[in-house]
Amino acid sequence: MPSFVENWLKSAALEVQEYVRLVVAAMRGVVSRPIYRHDIIEQLDVIGIGSLTVVLLTGLFTGMAITAQSGLTLDQFGARAVVGRLVGASMIKELGPVLTALMLTGRIGSGIAAELGSMMVTDQINALRALGTDPIRKLVVPRMIAGFLMTPVLTVISDFVGITGGWIVSRFQLQVNTGLYWSSVRDGLYLQDVYGMGLVKPFVFGFIIVTVACHVGMRTSGGTAGVGKATTVAVVASSVLVIAADFFLNQILLTLLY
Amino acid sequence: MADGTAAEMNAVSEMTAAQVFAEPGAPVLVFDHVGLAFDEKVVLRDVSFTLLKGHTKIILGASGSGKSTSLKIITGLLKADAGVVWVNGRRVDQLTEREMMAVRADLGLIFQEGALFDSLTVRENVGYKLYEESDMPIADVDRRVEEVLGFVGMLDHIDKMPSALSGGQRRRVAIARAMAFKPRILLYDEATTGLDPITALTVNDEIIKLRDLEGVSSIIVTHQLRDAFYVATHSATREPDGAVRIVRATSEKEREAEFVMLKEGLIVFEGDADALRRTTDPYIQSFLS
Repeated sequence: MPSFVENWLKSAALEVQEYVRLVVAAMRGVVSRPIYRHDIIEQLDVIGIGSLTVVLLTGLFTGMAITAQSGLTLDQFGARAVVGRLVGASMIKELGPVLTALMLTGRIGSGIAAELGSMMVTDQINALRALGTDPIRKLVVPRMIAGFLMTPVLTVISDFVGITGGWIVSRFQLQVNTGLYWSSVRDGLYLQDVYGMGLVKPFVFGFIIVTVACHVGMRTSGGTAGVGKATTVAVVASSVLVIAADFFLNQILLTLLY
Repeated sequence: MADGTAAEMNAVSEMTAAQVFAEPGAPVLVFDHVGLAFDEKVVLRDVSFTLLKGHTKIILGASGSGKSTSLKIITGLLKADAGVVWVNGRRVDQLTEREMMAVRADLGLIFQEGALFDSLTVRENVGYKLYEESDMPIADVDRRVEEVLGFVGMLDHIDKMPSALSGGQRRRVAIARAMAFKPRILLYDEATTGLDPITALTVNDEIIKLRDLEGVSSIIVTHQLRDAFYVATHSATREPDGAVRIVRATSEKEREAEFVMLKEGLIVFEGDADALRRTTDPYIQSFLS
């Protein structure tokens, strides 16, 4: 039993060590040459534009669902008119960043882990090294930059679409006046909510999703079964880390900003 | 006599390293008492061999005997636990990944399954290093890519994706990719394994042509004895009309191809094709039969 615990702790420590090494090497790759600009632009397109549909749909339906549910609850206090306040705050501070990050984990995290994992098991990563290319600079850095920059952009879009979805439900189902809804949304938010909770979180989440997926992908072994396992591990680990990071970021930001 | 020897020695000492390694028969690659183990499993034990300029070293052995590992150590993809490795006069076993990039500029590695980049076309695969890692003008890179694809007879497939190629075609593209940047040493990792005899012959001919017409030094890792003997006992010549012919090698040329047999990480045989045929070692006999 002690040997099982010891082995588990050793392998966990090794994973953390390798993750940190990858992140440090990638950070160094961001600020030194060679920089593969073409790959960065390609990844901005793949991660940003490619994820737009899933983020739009998730934001829209989440905003609509939360508005319908909140309307019922607020009716008990005769406060249906302030539904916009609840929807705006929920979307921008919590649901927008977290749900967008979880959707990106499924779409981007799994894709990156599978792609790099396949390259690993078919010796393509070694071929890159043999041809004089640093795989971290060529594969990890462009994905890290794109994930870090595009997650906040997608989150803002998701927030806006979610609040707009909330307006559709509040106007046509809850019969709340349009002007009242939008002024309620505005009244319910502080500036710190928008730039603190709404924008700091997505940067951190984007970084976590992409670096974890790259780390898992680059450590794949065991053929096609290994690629499948790497994909699952990347999605599960990123999802848990995003939710855990959300809690800790909340605590830090609440202390610092409010 | 003594004066003559001293003069020769002075002349040698005044040569630069580049001049020494440009000489025929210079030791372009030295594996000196190399050892490697993964946890309890010993992969290589005290392995030593030397590859001379323009010569061929054929590493034979059963699966898991450490053949491919040797190539990965030479290219710095793996680090040896013990011993020294020299490539073109530079000690490489202690170099960092970044320092190793310069050494790899003179090493071409052909992977077991080709390891072509799935998302790139044949043209982009072959010209990868020149497009991405050099300042060569695009037009010159295109010309070089077409030249090497023509050399391996794959010019008609230049715009195809790797998934549209057969196993043999993938190996030939992999050879073209490795030779595109004109390395002086080529390392072949099971280049003909899993290919039908006719396709394997085509790949073997490419290996011979590169060695004899381009002056490339080669290390061939294989357990396909027939292919190994074919490469060792044939040579390529260019006819006055420019056509290339593969002919039986002279006995002197044959001796430039040396066999090394590995068994459980140890060298159990080293010598030319003739010596390998005449050996009485039971393990090698069973391997040859």
